[in-house]
Amino acid sequence: MSFKIVVLAKQVPDTRNVGKDAMKADGTVNRGALPAIFNPEDLQALEQALMVKDQVEDAEIIILTMGPPRAVEIIREALYRGATSGYLITDRKFAGSDTLATSYTLALAVKKIQPHLVIAGRQAIDGDTAQVGPQIAQKLGIPQVTYTEQILDVNLDELKIRRRLERGVEVVKCKTPLLITVHSSAAECRPRNAKLLMKYKHARSVSELQEESKDYTEMMTNKPYLRLEEWSVADLGADEEALGLSGSPTKVKKIENVVLAKKESVNLTTEDKDIDYLMKELIDSHVIG
Amino acid sequence: MTASTYKPPDYYLMDELLSDEHKMIRSSVRDWVNREVKPIIEEASQLNEPPTHLMETMGENGIFGPFIPEKYGGAGLDYISYGLIMQELERGDSAIRSAASVQSSLVMFPIYIFGSDAQKAQFLPRLAKGELTGCFGLTEPNHGSDPGNMITRIREKGDHFILDGAKLWITNSSIADIAMVWAKDEKGVVRGLIVEKGMEGFSAPETHDKWSLRASVTGELVFDGVKIPRKNLLPKAKGLRSPLMCLNSARYGIAWGVIGAASECYDTALRYSLQRKQFDRFIGSFQLQQKKLAEMLTEITKAQLLVWRLGELKNQGKETAQMVSMAKRNNVKMALDIAREARQIIGAMGITSNYPVMRHMMNLESVITYEGTHDIHLLITGHDITGIQAFK
Repeated sequence: MSFKIVVLAKQVPDTRNVGKDAMKADGTVNRGALPAIFNPEDLQALEQALMVKDQVEDAEIIILTMGPPRAVEIIREALYRGATSGYLITDRKFAGSDTLATSYTLALAVKKIQPHLVIAGRQAIDGDTAQVGPQIAQKLGIPQVTYTEQILDVNLDELKIRRRLERGVEVVKCKTPLLITVHSSAAECRPRNAKLLMKYKHARSVSELQEESKDYTEMMTNKPYLRLEEWSVADLGADEEALGLSGSPTKVKKIENVVLAKKESVNLTTEDKDIDYLMKELIDSHVIG
Repeated sequence: MTASTYKPPDYYLMDELLSDEHKMIRSSVRDWVNREVKPIIEEASQLNEPPTHLMETMGENGIFGPFIPEKYGGAGLDYISYGLIMQELERGDSAIRSAASVQSSLVMFPIYIFGSDAQKAQFLPRLAKGELTGCFGLTEPNHGSDPGNMITRIREKGDHFILDGAKLWITNSSIADIAMVWAKDEKGVVRGLIVEKGMEGFSAPETHDKWSLRASVTGELVFDGVKIPRKNLLPKAKGLRSPLMCLNSARYGIAWGVIGAASECYDTALRYSLQRKQFDRFIGSFQLQQKKLAEMLTEITKAQLLVWRLGELKNQGKETAQMVSMAKRNNVKMALDIAREARQIIGAMGITSNYPVMRHMMNLESVITYEGTHDIHLLITGHDITGIQAFK
């Protein structure tokens, strides 16, 4: 039996390189001005999956991503690095989903696949909520191991995992099926593989095939792995009330650029009075003492 | 200099001439070099401990035999992609690029072009994966620029051949599982043979004491009455032209590769000149330093245009060996000059392994000599334009 791994990945605006036109006048993110990238911790999640695939014979990595049709780029990117296949969850009815509606949708998709292991990044850089992974585990009724730094050992029934916590590490064992979220201290993802790049460069989603001027029929028949399937609300059998805007209690009021004011930082010198001040602050805030 | 800050020079917007596929291949190999080569290469060179484990990872990443069809485990890429792969590898180190050149152009290429179907099926997929390492034996102790006078011989004996002779300056010699060896038969015709590690009478001692390509294995191949089964003879390789075709493919890769070394030296020197202050000014503000940097960029840009056009011609099957000679000669000298100049800009720090420049410079001293020396390539051009051969 193959060891099935689902990696949850999100295409996000690259908020690490924010220019002056990154925000619209109304305070919402100007997605057009920011390049769309593979969410960094999701890429690290993919690496954890690839490391499992290196160790376990007959492991399969399935990418699940939810977003507009262009998010299929994430699946291709993952295929270039060693994933086996992927599904794009896309439907206008998903628009406006918050973490609750997103985790509802993704949980339905994961259920269809029935994996041994679900791996997600800890959080996406556009929302930083870190809620979607844990919510999915909750909805699926499977255990979760958050803040994963490395999968130390793996077999069909059990995983041994090192977690990166604020003040150290913790090693835990957990039965499959389970969901883990991957911390930024985990290994960086391996680069694209030139051979896989050639193998999957013509991989196209169903929506993309409709837009293509070139006829892909023959290629898709000969190489069925190039067809990237899309799942809609109907495919997932989802309750429309529970997704999109109607399933999302979260309302974003405004997005702001946070600028740290001068009053929040202090310049210290090596003089005794400054060192005394620092010691007092550290003790007061229970960092030391 | 950390890898992530490297900014490849592209003064004439050469990227516009590349397809998305080319750029993706380049970025995949660039990332691979940043991850696998950059962190270890200075120490490997200093200690003269070649990172031979990289052969397998290169294979896994599709770096070997990019122009070999997918059926035989290659990537089925065009020649510009092959060039870009070599460029990124040599930005890491000429030793790594040399290992890939040998595997792809000097071992996989002849088996693919001159080999039997059985030889292709037996060796190519495993070479592509890096499970097997190959080396190439043409140069002999007394025959470098003049391989036509080689003394290594094969003679027929029943159902096999007997091989006698020796080869020198062989990249990957002692770690190779198979050696692509060129020897004359009883009629004096150059033939190609696949010699396998462990065959009786075959040894491959390593050459030590190098000041160049210290992250690469170099050595000899010694054949003392080695019994070679008939099935190991490449059926379609006859005459000196066959190994020269291999070298041509490798030289093409070198012409691209050295741009990687030159670009890194230039980028390092430029950065340094904008950080280092003397007389209260950045040294990049002085005319003599600007002259060096401006000339470097000019030469890199010319070299880029040369190989891009050569790659287009090669994709169309219109390139000549003489065109490849010109590009190999011009670009290697360009890279060596840039490495020397960059070393000067960085001053005393330039001689340390804190910067990659001196390592590249020492490597390029080999590259300017191997695969046809700088002078011989000039005479090839001379021969081509006058019709008169000046080297014999």
